[in-house]
Amino acid sequence: MSLLHRLTDGVPLRALWGLGLLLAALLVAPAFLGKYGLSVLILVLYFAYVGQAWNIMMGFAGQLSLGHALYAGLGGYIAAGLFFHYGVGPWLGLFAAVAAAAAAGAVVGYLGFRFSLAGVYFALLTIAFSEFTRIAFDHWGWVGGSGGLFLKVDATADWLNLRGGPVLFYYVILALAVGAFILCRALLESRLGRYWLAIREDAEAAQAVGVPVFRCKMIAVVISAALTAVAGVWNAFYYNNLFPETAFAMGRSIEFTLAPIIGGLGTLFGPIVGAVVLTGLGEIFTDLSELFHISGIKQIFYGLALLIIVMYRPAGVWPWIADRFGFGEKRR
Amino acid sequence: MSGGSGARLELAGIGKNFRGLRAVHDVSFSVPAGAIHALIGPNGAGKTTIFNMIAGVYRPDAGTVSLDGRQISGLRPDLVCDAGVGRTFQIVKPFKGLSVLENVTVGALHRRPALGDARAAAADILERLGLHDRRHQAAESLTLPDRKRLEVARALATEPKLLLLDEVMAGLRPTEVDVMVAFLRDLNVRTGLTILLIEHVMRAVMALAAEVVVVSYGEKIAQGTPAEIARNQAVLDVYLGEEEA
Repeated sequence: MSLLHRLTDGVPLRALWGLGLLLAALLVAPAFLGKYGLSVLILVLYFAYVGQAWNIMMGFAGQLSLGHALYAGLGGYIAAGLFFHYGVGPWLGLFAAVAAAAAAGAVVGYLGFRFSLAGVYFALLTIAFSEFTRIAFDHWGWVGGSGGLFLKVDATADWLNLRGGPVLFYYVILALAVGAFILCRALLESRLGRYWLAIREDAEAAQAVGVPVFRCKMIAVVISAALTAVAGVWNAFYYNNLFPETAFAMGRSIEFTLAPIIGGLGTLFGPIVGAVVLTGLGEIFTDLSELFHISGIKQIFYGLALLIIVMYRPAGVWPWIADRFGFGEKRR
Repeated sequence: MSGGSGARLELAGIGKNFRGLRAVHDVSFSVPAGAIHALIGPNGAGKTTIFNMIAGVYRPDAGTVSLDGRQISGLRPDLVCDAGVGRTFQIVKPFKGLSVLENVTVGALHRRPALGDARAAAADILERLGLHDRRHQAAESLTLPDRKRLEVARALATEPKLLLLDEVMAGLRPTEVDVMVAFLRDLNVRTGLTILLIEHVMRAVMALAAEVVVVSYGEKIAQGTPAEIARNQAVLDVYLGEEEA
């Protein structure tokens, strides 16, 4: 069976059409959107991408990581540091970034899975590693310590060095989000993907039917960390600055988890829908709080909205939409 | 759908303690290739602990377990499965969020890495266990008897040479017990699969098992044909209480 056939097997035709139209719209979007609209769409795609990366671990394999900022931060710092100090382009730096994050993921995974830390205990381990790293980077001169690392802002488009304006970064993050979507689909429709779902549902029963549980979990954390590192690199070159306080912040790790949770854990389209909903709500509430001149009201509304969604659609927004409009993807 | 032929199971003096509590002590017996044996005993006698030692969940503190002469005790559960042992859980463990078909497909993937092949094999097994109509239902929506059937289907999907069944008849109505007994007997005759079952439903034990091993307080107290066991004084004492002197 060809790869394309395998990827589209069992997907309703209307869903394929829908995906095709969506992709076409996203490809031409920069021509029609203003600066603001484009920046919002960039944010949506960024959260959709990292959400998909995190979803591999939690949604597919059932391993709760609350320290994914570690991988994004490591990736961003390594690529940006190499560029800043030695002029190594980000496409090359990406390899070092991904390798380092994958290695970090392997260490966290090994400690957690080898010693059977499950659920919240594993989550605590992921937080701890992210925090250690934040403190270490605070005191590491090569990356600028707590004062931060700054890249020179340069708006002339330079694909080789990932320097340029928002349109360039838009297409890069679009390619990443689409690539992650295809990868997730391919993974889910493979033996490894089914083994992950089995582990998520019941690790003991999975092992009894021959699933190498430890190995499968390790692969999940390494893939997830590696993908997250790519987002970190993109983020570092998009914003041109890095601070340990934000790059490894607990809040950032939480941000990564929101889109898949709101959109639908374990689904392919959930993280993408979640990113749209979250970013959309965020922008609306920002406008509202500016309108009423009440600072801080954004966070209150944002929190309330999330609460309401989680209360009424605990499986996520996407499974509900998919059900209503017959797109067919259920939580697996 | 099964591995072709059964394997011989041999337990040699296995024992297991939990924090000083002697759960199983010096149990030895063997099940010849292609035979069906039953393991019975009162609650807490150590039957499931014996199963868990065969299946690799626990490493025996003493003794060895071997399959066709190859030692499997000390291996991880997934490697024991690889060696040809399929098992069901007394407290059923379906992959709740997955469909019935996907549950069995996970088992079938063990010997068939391609998803399509595994799914076809799984559908085949579900057909034979009477779960085919329910294949698209979520496993968590099944009734208890159907969950028990699902356990058997998932274990069979790994194409074992030895099948360990932990109280799969419990909770089934007598007619359902007969259906399951007929299925297992047919499977055994057709494929030569070796079966060891823990069972409280004597109707099933009598109908299926060529030999019965009885354990009490972690030790083997008797072994023989169902008829011999039914007459055995030690067994009667355990089940009915010793006669007052």
